[in-house]
Amino acid sequence: MDFVAILSIFVLACFVGYYVVWSVTPALHTPLMAVTNAISSVIIVGALIASAAAGSTGSKWLGLLGVVLASINIFGGFAVTSRMLAMYKKKERPAVAKH
Amino acid sequence: MEQVAVNPWVALAYLVSGVCFILALRGLSSPTTSQRGNRYGMIGMAIAVVTTLVTHVPTVSLIVEGEDYAAILSRVDKSAVFEILAAIGVGAAIGITTARRIAMTAMPQLVAAFHSLVGLAAVLVAVAAYLNPVAFGIADVVTPLIGQPFAVIHQVSRIEMILGVAIGAITFSGSVIAFLKLNGNMGGAPILLPARHPINLGLGLAIAWFAFSFWATQSPWDFWIVVLLSFAIGFLLIVPIGGADMPVVVSMLNSYSGWAAAAMGFTLHNTAMIITGALVGSSGAILSYIMCRAMNRSFISVIAGGFGQTAEAGGAGGAKVDRPWKRGSAEDAAFLMSQAEQVIIVPGYGMAVAQAQHVLREMADKLKEHGVRVKYAIHPVAGRMPGHMNVLLAEANVPYDEVFELEDINSEFAQTDVAFVIGANDVTNPAAKTDKTSPIYGMPVLDVEKAKTVLFVKRSMGGVGYAGVDNDVFYMDNTMMLLADAKKMVEEIVKSLD
Repeated sequence: MDFVAILSIFVLACFVGYYVVWSVTPALHTPLMAVTNAISSVIIVGALIASAAAGSTGSKWLGLLGVVLASINIFGGFAVTSRMLAMYKKKERPAVAKH
Repeated sequence: MEQVAVNPWVALAYLVSGVCFILALRGLSSPTTSQRGNRYGMIGMAIAVVTTLVTHVPTVSLIVEGEDYAAILSRVDKSAVFEILAAIGVGAAIGITTARRIAMTAMPQLVAAFHSLVGLAAVLVAVAAYLNPVAFGIADVVTPLIGQPFAVIHQVSRIEMILGVAIGAITFSGSVIAFLKLNGNMGGAPILLPARHPINLGLGLAIAWFAFSFWATQSPWDFWIVVLLSFAIGFLLIVPIGGADMPVVVSMLNSYSGWAAAAMGFTLHNTAMIITGALVGSSGAILSYIMCRAMNRSFISVIAGGFGQTAEAGGAGGAKVDRPWKRGSAEDAAFLMSQAEQVIIVPGYGMAVAQAQHVLREMADKLKEHGVRVKYAIHPVAGRMPGHMNVLLAEANVPYDEVFELEDINSEFAQTDVAFVIGANDVTNPAAKTDKTSPIYGMPVLDVEKAKTVLFVKRSMGGVGYAGVDNDVFYMDNTMMLLADAKKMVEEIVKSLD
């Protein structure tokens, strides 16, 4: 892929992000932050490449440390998001019937 | 010049992973679809990780083209594979334990801590790529006539790399400070250094200069100086920002962690990282914008810091004036609310501090038994991060269709019998609508004063809100001050409602 192709993906993704995020209901802004946190840890891809590569011991260990940090974020981020989302409940039926 | 051999299937896998992340955010448009969205996120991450693991298996020696699977398998460096899986396992254990144990009131500091990890991981990846650029496919090895062969990093990659490391470092040190402030290890008050604007400007220019120099020369000195200066500027940027401005800061750092991931995505030519980076970056930017709009302040003025310091001088004078106000008891409050047709509860950060959300729900249940309609009104900047109050109320089993945003409920106060303000102050201050000299003038506020009666739960009459402004609502004829700890007061009201 050349630079312009990558840049195109990036610019279009920014637009997608803009519209998708505006459609997120304000009540879910905290889970939004938690889940964006988790997905931005896709940076683990870079850490995995570094820790699997031969040629530099320093690079390998930094990569492994990066894998640990990103994994904390991935597992922690998704787990805490699902914990939060599970708490959002609609009004129970009997309560609605009262009105 | 392109060195990365991109297998179309691999590129496709990363694209699918990116699309999953888009669907994850899309799911958050409604609580009913949100959990499915979260699962898409997990699937996307699993695809990205597995694809990378499979295509970057560590080997003891180079794989020869045309080898069969058995031969390739024999070259796999098993101890290296084990190390990687162990690293993932350690991270997973820490992450899941933290996520399970964390109290919902501590969510802002957890998010800040997670941001700092993304930032640090970005720095580590960038440094690793700098130390071993050939493995990342971003360099050509040049063998000079005399001396050792060395790697020349492509110039485009140098820019991407230095951007990634700088943004990552700022995210890391900024988030650490935000975490310390939110966690109470560091005072919430803004710490103002003299000449902080020239210092920050100087640091910013220095980073730009050394980044430019790295682009031109690939000198290790330039690289490390940029890393250090970026750590410093992240620290200096967040230190002068006060506690109640944290929603903006947390959103901003969220945005930075995204841009850092995107910059590394450019370096690695990885679609999943670029899409994610763009999504997270715009998400954080939009949240910062929403928070700033809700405070009627420009992003620049929030980042410049020190809000509340100058305002205190002007506001304190107003607070000293002895104006008559009415004090009520829990019994009075219980009586008034049980007679009401509709009660709107306005929670703020004080409710989170007092952990009063559960007992507040009990109170609402009791009121419903009396035939009262109960609603909750949330100001966008209530609490310490976007949506903070909504999560706490959800934790206390408040159904989300009883919780309303400012613009959806503000017109209802005029037809409401009781507005019950608990732990909020500035977001109810009518001075924001009328007093042009007030530091919070122009900020959208909840019109609680229009309700027939306002019950204002507050610790004491002495303290003013974060902005340091007195609130006229305290002294109105239809206001009753309930001076006590929020949780104790609501507990007493619950008892009186029996």
